[in-house]
Amino acid sequence: MDDLLREFLTETNESLHVIDVELVRFEQDPNNAEILDNIFRLVHTIKGTCGFLGLQRLESLAHSAETLMGQFRAGRTVTGEAVTLILTAIDRIKALLDALEAEQHEPDGADHDVIAALEILSSAAELPAATQMAPSPFETASAAATPKTQEHEEASPAAMRRAEPAANGESERPDRIAGQSIRVSVDTLDHLMTMVSELVLTRNQLLEIARRNPDTEFKQPLQRLSNVTAELQEGVMKTRMQPIGSAWHKLPRIVRDLATDLGRRIHLELSGAETELDRQVLDLIKDPLIHMVRNCAAHGIEAPQERLAAGKLEHGLIRLTAHHQAGHIIIEIIDDGRGLDTDRIRQQVIARGLAVEAEVEKMSEARLHRFIFSPGFTTAPKVTSIAGRGVGMDVARANIDMIGGTIDVRSRCGEGTTFTIKIPLTMAVVSALIVEAGGDRFAIPQLAVVELVRVRAGSEHRIDWLKDTPVLRLRNKLLPLVHLKKLLAIDPNPEIDVESGFIVVIQIGNETFGIVVDGVFQTEEIVVKPMSPNLRHITMLSGNTILGDGSVIMIIDPHGIAQAIGTATVARTPHGAEAADETLAAEEQTTPMLLFRAGSMQQKAVPLSLITRLEVIDARSMEKSNGNHLLQYRGQLMPLVPVNKTVRIRNEGSQPLVVFSDEEQSMGLLVDDIIDIVDDPLAIEVTSDRPGVLGSAVIKGQATEVIDISHFLPLAFGQSYGRAERRSTPRKVLLVDDQAFFRNLLSPIIDAAGYAVTTAASAAQVLDLIRNGERFEVIVADLDMPGMTGFELAQVLRDDPLTAGVPVVGLTPVDSSDMAGCARQFGIRECVAKFDRRGLIAALETSRIAVGQAA
Amino acid sequence: MHISDNEDVHEYVTAVVDRQLFGLPIARVQDVFVPARLTRVPLAPPEVAGVLNLRGRILTVIDLRRRLGLPVRANIASDRTIGIELAGEAYGLLVDSVGEVMRLSDAIRAVNPANLDPRLAGASAGVYRLEGELMILLDVDRVLHFDGATKAAGTAA
Repeated sequence: MDDLLREFLTETNESLHVIDVELVRFEQDPNNAEILDNIFRLVHTIKGTCGFLGLQRLESLAHSAETLMGQFRAGRTVTGEAVTLILTAIDRIKALLDALEAEQHEPDGADHDVIAALEILSSAAELPAATQMAPSPFETASAAATPKTQEHEEASPAAMRRAEPAANGESERPDRIAGQSIRVSVDTLDHLMTMVSELVLTRNQLLEIARRNPDTEFKQPLQRLSNVTAELQEGVMKTRMQPIGSAWHKLPRIVRDLATDLGRRIHLELSGAETELDRQVLDLIKDPLIHMVRNCAAHGIEAPQERLAAGKLEHGLIRLTAHHQAGHIIIEIIDDGRGLDTDRIRQQVIARGLAVEAEVEKMSEARLHRFIFSPGFTTAPKVTSIAGRGVGMDVARANIDMIGGTIDVRSRCGEGTTFTIKIPLTMAVVSALIVEAGGDRFAIPQLAVVELVRVRAGSEHRIDWLKDTPVLRLRNKLLPLVHLKKLLAIDPNPEIDVESGFIVVIQIGNETFGIVVDGVFQTEEIVVKPMSPNLRHITMLSGNTILGDGSVIMIIDPHGIAQAIGTATVARTPHGAEAADETLAAEEQTTPMLLFRAGSMQQKAVPLSLITRLEVIDARSMEKSNGNHLLQYRGQLMPLVPVNKTVRIRNEGSQPLVVFSDEEQSMGLLVDDIIDIVDDPLAIEVTSDRPGVLGSAVIKGQATEVIDISHFLPLAFGQSYGRAERRSTPRKVLLVDDQAFFRNLLSPIIDAAGYAVTTAASAAQVLDLIRNGERFEVIVADLDMPGMTGFELAQVLRDDPLTAGVPVVGLTPVDSSDMAGCARQFGIRECVAKFDRRGLIAALETSRIAVGQAA
Repeated sequence: MHISDNEDVHEYVTAVVDRQLFGLPIARVQDVFVPARLTRVPLAPPEVAGVLNLRGRILTVIDLRRRLGLPVRANIASDRTIGIELAGEAYGLLVDSVGEVMRLSDAIRAVNPANLDPRLAGASAGVYRLEGELMILLDVDRVLHFDGATKAAGTAA
């Protein structure tokens, strides 16, 4: 492309952005002759240059717009209609410029429509109302109520530059501030940055050498070199910095247009536009920001009458702020609109199968709100050009993720919404954790690392194996693990030492997983270098870097690893798309279960949460004493019990074992073969009279025996196990749970603790029993039941004088700490997780004491 | 060997890979060095021997033996690396040894023989008939252009 034309395109595009911003300001502040002059001058320049370059279509458009603006200058009343028309002309000019850039010549065609409209308006003679112009009835976006013009000019640094000298002659270019700024191509700056990165690395190497030779005479000059390099690096970084305002300059126009289309009144406030960040980062957040501001305008701000009815100002406010904070930039998008519609989000979450209803009901508002970042999520009831296409927040989040940033949302119904984005200043230098796997070192970006877990024999953390899948139990959660050397195929069949190692816990979006490495070194600031084109297809590596000792190491891409794990364990990821579909179809609560075979080909199942770990032991290490099998296990003798008489107890080879622990004791259940871990709805369809079997259920399309673990514990430890002295008049406990499985599981436990248990399948049954004169000393209630929940039941019981004094123990799903707080409000004193048998017995005990004291 | 000041004379850096002589246009060669501290790249195509740091730049080192389908040697300690640049990226070609620089006339250059091994042919821009041996002119761009899937399809040029 010809240099002259290129220069023209760059200049004109910049001018047009300024015109956009200025026109919107002008519309609200029609008395401001300075703004008008500025716009007029810019349009005039465009017109002049077009004429010079022989671009006729552009010239005549600019001319018509200029004519109308000339009338404004002469004192014509500024109307929203006229401004819209000029903006239309500007848009047409932009479209022509785009075509010009692509095809290198002005596209054929004419613009009679726009020009005619402009001319009609221009010729509709209107007498200037002296110098006093009526204030515009339109007060949409931006300025008006904020008379400090300076603040708005910050929205566009270009505007600031251009507004500076009030030129006398229109032929003089207003924006040449000779000697103060020059244009440098981005490539040059990028190259400079690369060279400085090299320099930093070389400096690091020299410092490393100097550290090894403490007496070197190079020490002094090296220190100087080091300081100069640091300063140079900072300086060059600065050249790549751009004020965030350059990503904002389109916003006033966008908000104005949206407001006009939707009949809203919106006020856009921008502050901190001068906050600078790396242009690479800036490019990536530009679109998300625009998306989010559009969302605020389209979803957030209510119609004027609605706002007035709610006691708010007629004008909605959208505030965009940016500031630096400890190596990061914090951007906030705040609106004072209606806030997120929690109910709609809840419905959508359920409809899309992102979570099941029972879970959703228990979620905090904040947690629910975060679902808006899920792929394809929208709460807009209708798809319009403005919103509701289901792309938006997820795209925003993906872009922000990509640059290692985070996004969060806070919202209060009726008061508004705040989005907070935190992004790193630059992507060129990142902090990384250096780890070792298979003899090689790797860098893992620190931003993705949540914590480090040391695995050692005898420590509380240990790698468990679910068949061939390693997992880590960490604070009540099962984390999928990957061995880095296996994943990267450094060592396809690594000898995995389960007794030692380090686990780097990584969080990517909602996914948490652990990467098992052989060693962990220090954290280093590394300069990210892209991979060679021949190697860019390796998604698990995001680049490479040179360490202080001169060696090259690979940088792990946590997103790539997450993807690799996702494909391997999709069946187990409740957030995975396929799992979500299943949940959608079933709408049932699922229970993770271990499937195994014992004695027959029929598969058997036991809830995973009851299992402590899975072992495969050498059959010869089993000992026999008094007809019972024992195993020396972690410094204790652990009794081994076969699931049934037909299980083949091996004499040699490997023997699979399912370990259960209760209080201080562990027992091993001998099985033939461990099949899989599944997450399926558990519904026991046929109950069983056989000891040790709760009943049968269909799991993964196959009839499956569900094993009753509580049967085996006394078998392992003798009759004395856990069985309290039976009182002459055992205390009466009522257990209510809608799921037969839990009734079957828990009632033997309560019974064994010396209570007389009655079970009920619903809250209604409980009330029936009480109406029939049954009395209980403690009621154990599942909090999460269909129909009347445990909470409601507790409230009804409390309000009835007959049952007001009966303590209620709430049963909660495995991890729901926020439920306990809730429960207290309903008069439920204790909450216990369903699988926590010790906790249940303890809660029964304390309830009894509490009642005794009260009585 | 015919040497003159003719424009048809070019200079080549010569290298030996598996007893075969190769020539690289001298203008394309940036460095010759002993590969040290090669870092292997997990999941990389087999041709990539690894990456290394040469004066602060990261080079992708390509094992010419693997790239050309020649028998692989386990010990590369005595090998040399020829530094090359393509599209702003730095590469190293791993060869057995590097010889003298030769000035050769286009007059002794021939097209690839039809029966040349396809993998060699894919990397050859022609053959020079030297006294006593033949030198394959390495087509550097094609040697560096590969990905795991399309391994030197080999077109007899």
